[in-house]
Amino acid sequence: MAYDTPTDLDAFRTEVREWLEENCPPSMRTPMTEDEVVWGGRREKFKNPDSKVWLQRMGEKGWTAPTWPKEYGGGGLTREQAKVLEQEMARIKARPPLFSFGLWMFGPALIEFGNEEQKKRFLPDIVMGKTRWCQGYSEPGAGSDLAGLQTKCEDKGDHYLINGQKVWTSYANEADWIFCLVRTDTSKKHEGISFILFDMESEGVETRPIKLISGSSPFCETFFTDVKVPKDQLVGEVNGGWKIAKRLLQHERSSISAGGFGSTRGSGMLGPDEYAKIHVGTDKDGKVLDGDLRGRIADHMMYAKAFNLTVKRSGEQAKAGQEVGHTASIIKYAAAKMNQDKFELMIEALGTEGLGWEGEGFDKGAKMATRGWLRSKGNSIEGGTSEINLNVVAKRVLGLREHQ
Amino acid sequence: MTFVLTEDQEMLRDTAVSFTRDELPVKHLRGLRDSGKNGVDTDARNQLAELGFFGVLIPEEYDGVGMGMVALGQVMEAQGRTLASTPLLQTACIGASAILLGGTEAQKKEWLPKIASGEVTTALALDETSHHNPTGVATEAERDGQGYTLNGAKKYVQDGHHADVFIVVARTFGEPGDTHGLTLFLVPRDAKGLTVQALKTVDSHGAAHLTLEGVHVDDSHVLGAPDKGNDLLEPVLDRGRIALSAEMLGSSLAAFEMTHEYLQTRKQFGQLIGSFQALQHRAAKMFTEIELTTSCVAAALSAVDEQKNDIAELASLAKARASETVHLVSNDTVQLHGGIGMTDDHDSGFYMKRARVQEALLGSASFHRDRYARLNDF
Repeated sequence: MAYDTPTDLDAFRTEVREWLEENCPPSMRTPMTEDEVVWGGRREKFKNPDSKVWLQRMGEKGWTAPTWPKEYGGGGLTREQAKVLEQEMARIKARPPLFSFGLWMFGPALIEFGNEEQKKRFLPDIVMGKTRWCQGYSEPGAGSDLAGLQTKCEDKGDHYLINGQKVWTSYANEADWIFCLVRTDTSKKHEGISFILFDMESEGVETRPIKLISGSSPFCETFFTDVKVPKDQLVGEVNGGWKIAKRLLQHERSSISAGGFGSTRGSGMLGPDEYAKIHVGTDKDGKVLDGDLRGRIADHMMYAKAFNLTVKRSGEQAKAGQEVGHTASIIKYAAAKMNQDKFELMIEALGTEGLGWEGEGFDKGAKMATRGWLRSKGNSIEGGTSEINLNVVAKRVLGLREHQ
Repeated sequence: MTFVLTEDQEMLRDTAVSFTRDELPVKHLRGLRDSGKNGVDTDARNQLAELGFFGVLIPEEYDGVGMGMVALGQVMEAQGRTLASTPLLQTACIGASAILLGGTEAQKKEWLPKIASGEVTTALALDETSHHNPTGVATEAERDGQGYTLNGAKKYVQDGHHADVFIVVARTFGEPGDTHGLTLFLVPRDAKGLTVQALKTVDSHGAAHLTLEGVHVDDSHVLGAPDKGNDLLEPVLDRGRIALSAEMLGSSLAAFEMTHEYLQTRKQFGQLIGSFQALQHRAAKMFTEIELTTSCVAAALSAVDEQKNDIAELASLAKARASETVHLVSNDTVQLHGGIGMTDDHDSGFYMKRARVQEALLGSASFHRDRYARLNDF
């Protein structure tokens, strides 16, 4: 099928609109609370039963992964068609059927670097939300210096044997499988790293959740003791994992940044301008009374607008075949700053209303803002610290030399 | 919204960039300053006219090239790169827009071909205090039979020291601060009662204070509807703000490139100073600001051509962001060059001095933050 002309896109839009109308349950068109997010996998409980139906239907169409090839369960859509799907879902305020590191990070890397058998084996279950993946990258001694990782992977003839520890593994305690960076050669740094996959139920895998300052525990410490992994689960070449790791980090940075660490819209939280109007008050012209705060909120909103325009510009220029690496390189840094500024301003505008922790007496959205503010401090640390991002811009984009 | 230039726009951009680089480099501005020309250069004006730059916004039927704002933005960015002192912002953008958007057919026929050919330059005489404040106009225009009599004073009129025609904003009704009651007038430089006081300014571009004492203008010189001048002024100012933002982006880019070059050549402690992480991070932050501002300027320029309904918001966004960016980059340019950056022989100072003028013209970052908040209903 070729939907290249605008007329064909219109036909596709009609088709999508009708299908969504028929298949998207009404409760899936309402704002989603955090505990209703569907991450899929063996442990998924589907708090709202409709979300199971919605995931099943979207998964069967391949529309959870609209641009992935059909042979691996994807939707096989062109970029333009995928955009139409996105617009039509936004039009009826349809919830995303699935949140998944498999969709955002691991899948795209596997499509590029995996062998045919691996793609057929792992991708369809990602599309259907049957397997939940986690990422085994950081280690206690390898944070910003990721390539310094030490988790040992030995070739034992008919299998690999893995020993070591990962940290900051997102949702490791809820994941089914892990894509993991391991050391297969201790004599080299970057060239001694391999990219391997294994089941989190394998013997010798243990996870311990880490409690954050925000009170939530989205990350774990993960321990591997003599974990046996079949040899066909290593992706790409032995000692060739760094290339895959780097590409995957790009997917991570762009998925983190695409929504600017997620929007407050529909979450029960309001923006800093709204909170300022309510909690600081306005004059007869509707201006927020604290002129200094008002100016700083406007400055932030402009930064956010500039950020969104930059993401759009980068996308358009990429489509036109222009080099956009230098623009993309600033996006993670800017997204972190934007999100942290937003939460700081929300808390400031809320006043003491933004200083509740739990229980009665505080607005529900305000309490989410408080937790979100604390959580946002991680934005400039996770997925490459802001300082590392600035180093990358200085060295790769501006070509400034390493200090001798 | 389009962020990718068409072939024609690319060509114009290349022409403008090489023209300003070869003919109007910073050295040229330095020369105008040192020879006491106060930013005025008739030869350059003729060359700009030959290249068609005055007619970029003017439709072909009035002898322009009708290429639109995105195209004009490329020329403005190019002149910003070398700090070229030209009448383009006031004439090719603000003057042409005012007549295009508010002029009668007769006025368009009379003025637009003259603007396109470079025969006539214009200057908007609006502000009366040292801060941009479009509704604060106190200059009075009183009905006098066949026209109006103007009395008042205008401050720091860009290009005022050499413009042929002024677009004077005066009050025909109400009090300073009122949106209603403003009227725009075309006032020739030689009008009786008009005094032009040329100013030597920090950026070496020059400007002028105007005094209007019983200046008579005919009805045929009223631009747009009497009393409703603000409805014309706002979109004209927004086009000016957007074009100026493009110029400021050009200045930011050039100052940054100069600094970037210096980081890669200057050695201290036996090392290139660009290898010091403290300076690398400053460079990376400047680069980030420039990238973000590039997007705002591009979005604002194309919004005008596409006649979007958020031009005002995007104009304030672009002007505020461009002001903050050029402020940061020009300051860091001096600092990162160290002692040499403090000397008059070096170009750093020229960028910083011009930056402050660009920041103040047509509304500072603070003015546009306030406006952006108002447009966003808080």
